[in-house]
Amino acid sequence: MTQVAAAPAHGLTARHAWGLLGLLAAAVLLWLFLAVWPEELVDVMGAKKTFVNAVFNGVTVAGLYFLVASGFTLVFGLMRNVNLAHGSLYLLGAYVGYTFGAWTGYWLIGVAAGMLSMAAAGVLLQVVVFRQLEGDDLRQTLVTIGISIVAADLMLAVWGGNTYQFIVPEWLDGAVSTPVITAVKSNGDAVYMKYPFYRLVVFAAAVLIGAGLWLLLNRTRIGMMIRAGVDDRAMLQASGVNVQLVFAAVFAIGAGLAGFAGVAGGSVLSIAPGEDVRYLLASLVVVIVGGMGSVPGAAMGALLVGLAEQIGLVYFPTYGVVFTFVIMVVVLAIRPQGLMGAAR
Amino acid sequence: VSSLESRGGLNALDRFIGRGGRGGGGWLLLAAALILYPVLVPPFFAFQIGGQILILGMIGLSLMVLAGLGGMVSLAQLTVAGIAGYVVSIFGANSAGVMGLGWPWWLTAPLAILIAAAAAALIGLISVRTSGIYTIMITLAIATAFFYFATQNYTIFNGFSGYRGIAPPEVFGVNWREPLPFYYLCLVAAALACAAVLYVARSPFGLALQAIRDNQRRMRAIGFNVIAVKVMAYFLAGIIAGAAGVLYVWFNGRISPGTVSVSEAIGILVIAVIGGLRHPIGPFLGAAVYVLMKTFAIDLIGAERFNTLIGLVFLVIVFVSKDGMLELWERLKPRLAPTSLRPS
Repeated sequence: MTQVAAAPAHGLTARHAWGLLGLLAAAVLLWLFLAVWPEELVDVMGAKKTFVNAVFNGVTVAGLYFLVASGFTLVFGLMRNVNLAHGSLYLLGAYVGYTFGAWTGYWLIGVAAGMLSMAAAGVLLQVVVFRQLEGDDLRQTLVTIGISIVAADLMLAVWGGNTYQFIVPEWLDGAVSTPVITAVKSNGDAVYMKYPFYRLVVFAAAVLIGAGLWLLLNRTRIGMMIRAGVDDRAMLQASGVNVQLVFAAVFAIGAGLAGFAGVAGGSVLSIAPGEDVRYLLASLVVVIVGGMGSVPGAAMGALLVGLAEQIGLVYFPTYGVVFTFVIMVVVLAIRPQGLMGAAR
Repeated sequence: VSSLESRGGLNALDRFIGRGGRGGGGWLLLAAALILYPVLVPPFFAFQIGGQILILGMIGLSLMVLAGLGGMVSLAQLTVAGIAGYVVSIFGANSAGVMGLGWPWWLTAPLAILIAAAAAALIGLISVRTSGIYTIMITLAIATAFFYFATQNYTIFNGFSGYRGIAPPEVFGVNWREPLPFYYLCLVAAALACAAVLYVARSPFGLALQAIRDNQRRMRAIGFNVIAVKVMAYFLAGIIAGAAGVLYVWFNGRISPGTVSVSEAIGILVIAVIGGLRHPIGPFLGAAVYVLMKTFAIDLIGAERFNTLIGLVFLVIVFVSKDGMLELWERLKPRLAPTSLRPS
């Protein structure tokens, strides 16, 4: 946003102005959350519960989108490789996780199975497919499209067109009270909003994984290699690093996260054919908005897209998708490289 | 100029049919075969197979203009065709009981093509802000967003069920819905589109487009308005896709979000890539393979697994060849030709 001309005469730079605007927005949001809504506001926006629920849902969905998109963006950043089969990894992870979870009876085993199997699939993709076509971005992308077509069809053959619902273990199930007051009863008692515990756990997991990813990228040796590879792959190779190993590791992380998100997301919502496309679209928009190759960008993009989608779903049911789309177009118009993307 | 042409592969036209004295003869033979074809085969082959190949080939051709000449691989060309189809059903007559303003065909068809081309230019405006591999992602996002929007919107697009009961008009006492007339209608449209593409490719505009594909920076430095040329390419491709969309909705008699779903949009890319992107004939070859497989896969592996089959064919072709069947043919041809005809 630095291209916005500052007005030095008033001593207020563009940065200050944006900061003030952000503070103001945060204050309004905080008030919307904490205060008991006056009648006039309820008339305009409906019950407070609806709004707060939409925001909570948006944040949860954003967590899922982040998990899927962070892998996508990492792989892209390092290998310039748009993996359009990423949505298939999500769905396949969910199916594998479901099958193992139902077989053993332990949900956590399902989570582990979904994650590990997809990490292995990611390494396999890298070794068998992408290494063969290195340097040819377009053909790599076309191959991933072919893989996603075949994968979707084979998944349909194995798991059928049914909708599957995970059974979340008891200690994650049920609703908890949040410290958000939705209404005040006539006798003066406050009514606290309840929200499914599991969804909060998913969001917390996304935050934890995001933090872990940040630590991995910024505080470890392999992270240093990955970042160096994003900036200049040839130079990294020249300095004696086995780039193929780094690629495989990144692919394993990205695909494993997609598999994990598959099980986690399948437990929040459900799994069915077509979810692969939904999450592929979400990842695309998230990384376009956030900036290709940037993990913090993926977090910002996911938050924007998730909130827009869920709030749009509540207040403008038939135009929810357009909301997401408008965000993408606006970001492209102002910052073609995405919010956090580096200009290349 | 000559180096540009050979890089763009436009001389493949001559190479494809046969160089030297036989050059014109090959084309005449092809034209005669295409004209005689529907008379010699049962109506099913003329309409269901012939018509569909020509229509899908035209949509693929519009992609060939963008990808082959302009280096912009767009996944939104079926969306453009779908918009034209929706315009025909909204402004013309349909039997869904929604919209259906009943305008005559000579108003709806040109209007549909115009709106589709305008939409294509808009898509171009959005996606030319980034380039290369990003174009696929952004156009895929646009195509997916349109699919979900058409599914959720009932006032304009009649939601999930879409429109049905759309018929081609009766003009000059000919019922264009009959297999033979419809086939010839498609053939004329496809031939016109091919001729237009060949002409445009050799026009100053087409040469500028191909030069931008090869070196955008240099063209900008010379003083070309790169964005305007690219958006114009989207517009022209949109005219072809729009015309194909009108034919497609007449062919199907119905249109719904399923017609423009992501897998169908990817199908267009598959068609263009299987066939080859360097010559207008490529997408039609690809469409022939695609439609024949779709129709007869039921005898090979059962109708359910068509996507696996076409996906595998696509993968194999992308792996072994850089430009689809056209390139395979070029590689194969010297071995097939009699020794005396081989260039020494």
